[in-house]
Amino acid sequence: MDLLDIARWQFGITTVYHFLMVPLTIGLAILVAGMQTAWYRTGNERYLKMTKFWGKLMMVNFAMGVVTGIVQEFQFGMAWSEYSRFVGDVFGAPLAMEGIVAFFVESVFLGLWIFGWDRLSKRVHLACAWAFSLATVASAYFILAANSWMQHPVGVEMVDGEPRLSSIWAVLTNNTLLAAFPHTIFGCFAVAGTFVLGIAAWKVWKRDRQGMPHDEDRRVWHKSMRVGAWVALFSFVGLAISGDIQGKLMFEQQPLKMASAEALCHTEQPASFSVFAYGDVSRPDCESVKSITVPFMLSYLAHGDFSTEVKGVRQLQDEYAAKYGTHYPDDPRLGDLAGERIEYQPNLPVTYWGFRFMIGFGAVSALAALGALWFTRGGRFPRGRLWGPLALASIATPFLANVFGWIFTEMGRQPFVVAPNPNPSGVDGVWMYTAQAVSSGVSPGEMTTSLIALTSVYGVLLVVEVFLMVRYARGGFESVMPHKSSDDSEDDSDSGGSGSDDVLSFAY
Amino acid sequence: MDLPTVWFCIIALLWLGYLFLEGFDFGVGMLLPVLGRRETERRVLINTIGPVWDGNEVWLIVAGGAMFASFPGWYAGLLSTAYLPFTVLLLVLIGRGVAFEYRGKVDTARWRRAWDTVIVLASWIAPLMVGLVLSATVFGLPLDANGDRVGGPLVILTLPNVLGAVAVAAFSLLHGAAFLALKTEGDVRERAHRFALRFGVPLLLPVVGLLLVAQLREGAPWTWIPLLIALLTGLAALARQAVGRDGQAFVLQGVALAGAVVTLFGALWPNVLPSTLDPAWSLSIAETASSSYTLTVVTWVAAFGTPAVLVYQGWTYWVFRKRIGTKHIPPVHAA
Repeated sequence: MDLLDIARWQFGITTVYHFLMVPLTIGLAILVAGMQTAWYRTGNERYLKMTKFWGKLMMVNFAMGVVTGIVQEFQFGMAWSEYSRFVGDVFGAPLAMEGIVAFFVESVFLGLWIFGWDRLSKRVHLACAWAFSLATVASAYFILAANSWMQHPVGVEMVDGEPRLSSIWAVLTNNTLLAAFPHTIFGCFAVAGTFVLGIAAWKVWKRDRQGMPHDEDRRVWHKSMRVGAWVALFSFVGLAISGDIQGKLMFEQQPLKMASAEALCHTEQPASFSVFAYGDVSRPDCESVKSITVPFMLSYLAHGDFSTEVKGVRQLQDEYAAKYGTHYPDDPRLGDLAGERIEYQPNLPVTYWGFRFMIGFGAVSALAALGALWFTRGGRFPRGRLWGPLALASIATPFLANVFGWIFTEMGRQPFVVAPNPNPSGVDGVWMYTAQAVSSGVSPGEMTTSLIALTSVYGVLLVVEVFLMVRYARGGFESVMPHKSSDDSEDDSDSGGSGSDDVLSFAY
Repeated sequence: MDLPTVWFCIIALLWLGYLFLEGFDFGVGMLLPVLGRRETERRVLINTIGPVWDGNEVWLIVAGGAMFASFPGWYAGLLSTAYLPFTVLLLVLIGRGVAFEYRGKVDTARWRRAWDTVIVLASWIAPLMVGLVLSATVFGLPLDANGDRVGGPLVILTLPNVLGAVAVAAFSLLHGAAFLALKTEGDVRERAHRFALRFGVPLLLPVVGLLLVAQLREGAPWTWIPLLIALLTGLAALARQAVGRDGQAFVLQGVALAGAVVTLFGALWPNVLPSTLDPAWSLSIAETASSSYTLTVVTWVAAFGTPAVLVYQGWTYWVFRKRIGTKHIPPVHAA
């Protein structure tokens, strides 16, 4: 592997990993803030239990999202210095904004929330929960603004061959961003909803099988489960609608990504939607793809009617070559690619299957949520042996949908790191090849070292995180609710008067 | 002052904030086995920074983001040239952050020992790496005309840069001791106090050494002033520590740090990352600055954002202002 491949694998691995933590954090933080609000307004202990339990799982996950996020902030400069120099005038601003506006709020108010039970008034403590959870949403907005600019550069003019920011407003209201943001946030709630659904259903299933009574705790688990299922179901409706809007936009902005997603070799009018390929998509040659198709459907997905032409990979490749050149410049920094022919078609199997797995796993988890709501109506829960494991397995599906969605959208943008706009609602003439973006001063050995080290550490930490989550899930409410009576007695014997509530109501 | 210079000062300020805040929480981690002899004492140490360490670390992230936004060439040049030190920094910061959050979540001695090891190692290695890269940006790196490194991954390990690494670690250690003397009570406080007094002068030596090297090699006449302020307030901090005025000692140490950061960034100005191969290839403020429109945008964000950050982050310290002793540590509550 040369430097470019290593850098791409590193970015892919660290980013996908980071985005396992992020959607759960965002979705769960808001749900926990909602549960705490319910407790604040009703004073019902049931909602306190929910807040404490789901809040604990959120914290286990939050830490991982924070620490893996630092890698994201720094690896642009470390591994992609040419990219950072080229886009710095535009791309750094949303990152800096994210730091100043969102990260500080997140980290400070999370600390206050964790340690502030009883130290702060209930109202202020609740406000802290909303502060850090909404800040996670704000941070998503800024980082998606940066990503959307790479998908569809706006708000710049070219000065001396480099993009200069001319309107931050245009960057922050990029139509790509306005479509990607709701889609991503719905994706976060789909993850969090299914997570709550899966774990709570497993708890109910386990209690019922052990013949435990239908007491208050069961009602709280059952309630959690149904809240999760409703959130998930609502999110999937949002995902379908926002995904449709985003798709239509992508047919304009990155037609090759979408043609590859369909393995649409030749321009069709009207175009059929490929449901499933049984031919060979593993070769880059799109001619050999055979698939089950739905006539007219692709025209609808692309343009909202059943007759419009959709351009195929072949025609688009020729158009791109005519517009952006047929060969890479003969620059030694491009390595093996210097002077080579430019392959404008993204990796076909990855794009094709990425798109289908995103939709497929999303649909499966939507069905799971719908099924859960039906089978558990009125306090019911089915008795079968497989329902518990099935509930746990369903947790994986929205994570997989998210991962494949991002792999699709980032791999579908190749060979560009900053995609040009053939049908420019953005600025024409701004683009950068991924091959040009990698750091030229870093050796493959260094990059391999960091790739191996980061991947190993991430692997170990994933095991630890899942281990902790399983322990807390097993422990249930017992392990997260403060045990009042024992606390008091120890204080009296130990500290002689100055109670610990005064200084620390929670401690690591 | 033009906008690029303003942003050069803001970057210096962000690094100052980072070194001040995470400096002491690195120090707390470094001192974990030294001052925390029993488990409850170690928990005292960790809980002095429990609610705040994450917010402290964001100063680093924002310093990075602000460098990217205002001086992309500096951000790209420094981070790619010091690739391995940054990799190590990221790895230890990952381990350290997770360790704080996960340490108390399982109640076995083996679990805690494992995370304690991570905390201590990471808290030592991280300031060394921060010191290394900050010194490198002051003293320069072998850069070619494109701003890329000439030579292997270890060219950063020059004598002045290693001195810088040691200086930041030494300062963090002392700063952590001063913080613990201020934030704890009982035996831990007593030990922190004695540690700061006994090792204060030796720990200040590498810092003074770094400042003198920077001053003599790169400094301007005016940077003698912050250097002297750093030296005098550093000594004054120890004097106040000796009479048990923990708060004053801690604040004076912060002033000393400010003097040191101003000296270093003053010595760096008007460059952001000198080339040791050819002065013509040095990255300067003027060359690497973003356009004035971009700088104006981020100036507005910083102008509204930063005071708010200072207010609510300050408020956290106010909420958790009380000294912590072993009697305040609640029983372990793990899954």
